[in-house]
Amino acid sequence: VKFLPLLFSNLGRRKVRTALTIGSFAVAIFLFCLLFAIRAGFQQGVEAAGVDRLLVINKFSFIQPLPVAHRDRILQVPGVQEATYASWFGGIYQDPKNMFPQFAIDHRTYRDLFPEFLVPEAEWQAFLEDKMGAVAGEGIARRFGWKLGDRIPLKDSPYGSYFEFNLRAIYKGARPHDDLTQFWFRWDYLDEKGPPEMKGRVGWYTARVKPGASMTEVARDIDARFANSAFETRTMSEQAWMASWLEQMGNIELLMLVIGSVVLFTLLLVTGNTMAMSVRERTSELAVLKTIGFGDRAVLVLVLAEGAMIAAVGGGAGILLAKLFTLGGDPTGGFFPSFRLPGAAVGAAAGIALAVGLLAGLVPAWTAMRLHVVQALRRL
Amino acid sequence: MAIPLIYNLESVRARWRTTVVAVLGIAGTVGVFVAMLALATGFEATLVASGDPENGIVRRKGASSELDSAVTLNQLRALEDASEVARDGKGPLISPEVVVIASLPLRKTGSDASVQVRGVHPRALEVHRGVRVVEGRFLRAGLHEMVVGRNAAGAYSGAELGSEVKLGGTSWSVVGVMDAGGSAFDSELWCDANLLGSAFERPAGVHQSVVLRLATPDGLSALKARMDGDPRLQCQVERETEYYAKASRMMTGFILSLGSIVAVVMGLGAVFAALNTMYSAVAERTREIATLRALGFGGGSVIVSFVLESLLVSLAGGLLGCLAVLPLNGLTTSTLNFQTFSHLSFAFQVTPLLLGLGLSFALFMGLAGGLPPAIRAARLPVTAALRDL
Repeated sequence: VKFLPLLFSNLGRRKVRTALTIGSFAVAIFLFCLLFAIRAGFQQGVEAAGVDRLLVINKFSFIQPLPVAHRDRILQVPGVQEATYASWFGGIYQDPKNMFPQFAIDHRTYRDLFPEFLVPEAEWQAFLEDKMGAVAGEGIARRFGWKLGDRIPLKDSPYGSYFEFNLRAIYKGARPHDDLTQFWFRWDYLDEKGPPEMKGRVGWYTARVKPGASMTEVARDIDARFANSAFETRTMSEQAWMASWLEQMGNIELLMLVIGSVVLFTLLLVTGNTMAMSVRERTSELAVLKTIGFGDRAVLVLVLAEGAMIAAVGGGAGILLAKLFTLGGDPTGGFFPSFRLPGAAVGAAAGIALAVGLLAGLVPAWTAMRLHVVQALRRL
Repeated sequence: MAIPLIYNLESVRARWRTTVVAVLGIAGTVGVFVAMLALATGFEATLVASGDPENGIVRRKGASSELDSAVTLNQLRALEDASEVARDGKGPLISPEVVVIASLPLRKTGSDASVQVRGVHPRALEVHRGVRVVEGRFLRAGLHEMVVGRNAAGAYSGAELGSEVKLGGTSWSVVGVMDAGGSAFDSELWCDANLLGSAFERPAGVHQSVVLRLATPDGLSALKARMDGDPRLQCQVERETEYYAKASRMMTGFILSLGSIVAVVMGLGAVFAALNTMYSAVAERTREIATLRALGFGGGSVIVSFVLESLLVSLAGGLLGCLAVLPLNGLTTSTLNFQTFSHLSFAFQVTPLLLGLGLSFALFMGLAGGLPPAIRAARLPVTAALRDL
């Protein structure tokens, strides 16, 4: 600890270089965290999917509807505990750019199937009592400045050119990666107001499997129940459904990650090189230190500590910046349901920063430790 | 008086290790920058190529894509009678189309992907002039036949010429492969509109969109005016090229916004690296600079010389980065277009413009990284620096 002033004056020796090295460290770590956040954004759907939930869609295509009467028959399938349904609405709020998922939900059962969305009881009751009621995620409510009681118009949906809803509840997520951008309203209201050919039709069912029952068997039994009917179904786990979309994105995600990793590697190489360079330049000074009685180990620790210091400050700044950046919200304007910095990323970033800081210092530190004083001084 | 360039070349060579690191940093940044732009450009070009500037596309008012659109039979009849629509001996050049999404297994992974299926009428090829049948023949109306896009035939298993595709509970035989010039149609399956509509339980006579050839290139505004005046025609018309440009906007916006954030952050890192390299170059060469000054080279010449050196390094990095991404050009990849919920194949496009942008970005980084150290070099007090000898 008593060498701290020495450490600082070493760092202060070339202020510009120290600042630049810390800066590039911060940039590299920031980029690393950013890539992690992007990855988490892609993975959100799969991570948030319920492990005990099955999704039932029309066998021909997910855009084809299913009859609302399927619910009772799905409930009869052994192993199914509860089932709910929803329809995709696809209206426009003010401007086509303001896209967010809008679902007409079965208000009696939806909350039971999706316990991760937390709604205050009083607000939920208000939603149940108002046929034109709606529930919005915290994120979307903040984005458009909605408050409880607001009247929200949605136009130009396939169901009709103009619909109005009263915001009765705002939901929060139980987990940090839950999608807070959804907008729900009552399916029975849509059924009443929508065109006749869409009556009695729902977009998809979500069924919860009883504890202990096999997901694959229940899925197979549901599909078998509707085989050869006018509305055949395709049932899969919610996770598989989300993963299939992610897989279709596939190339883009992979590309961004590969590119990012290459860049990160380059940045760290550059930073490490600079740090090693600055130690190499001071060989003679280290020799002086050894002449005046510093032990081998003390010199080693001193040089390593310098690298660790730069790494800590630079890495810390990078993580902090990344945190601030992700708190600022989705930079792509609504593409990711949630954009956040996962805790694992922070840990990994800190680990990488420290490792590079130490590694970059290790080679010159080792040389410094093994330094032959007489020879080094002669170089003066 | 200018300091000879050979001096800079020699000094770059003398410090080859730090130079290589700086060059790599800039090459990486420029490479990623150009690759991102090439991705977005390729995606957009694929969709835009699907449109024909002389065609209009009619959809339901407010529909976000063809998928959630509907054009009724009455509207179709009114469009067929409209004088703004081009016609030949066989009648109006108009193609009403049914669009659905089906899932087919991808050849590469075996997992299902969403494929756009388009139900068309016999005149479709006359309206979509960019689409040609390159293998087999076009489908016949009233039969369960299918023509597949070039990319779709390659991407999905069981979608090649001569095979049977299960769709909407019926089986369709693939009778032809079409080439749509690298556009979105290359990722589609085409079949008979009426049969597709009934297989997917669509009300008879309702189509998702109507593509029509305009009688005159500027007939679009006249058609818009007619729609505003005719209560039967409660729908919207756009130029086909504009519709497809819009359909690419969400994805390209996404790629570009993420890409530019990454590029800016990386650029910052590369500038830091360049600054460090040049500052240490200046520090190492204090006495050389002082000697140059003593020989009579002015401060301006020193600045020019050092900035040139930095630009040289960054240009090398930029060229390396551009070279590295050049093989991407034409490489076909695919992703999901969120605006149409369907899988789309497209090729990277590394255009000269993008390479130019990449090189400019490199030079900009070189300038930002070289100027401050160059100014410091010029400000070195000659006598003090020489005394260090």
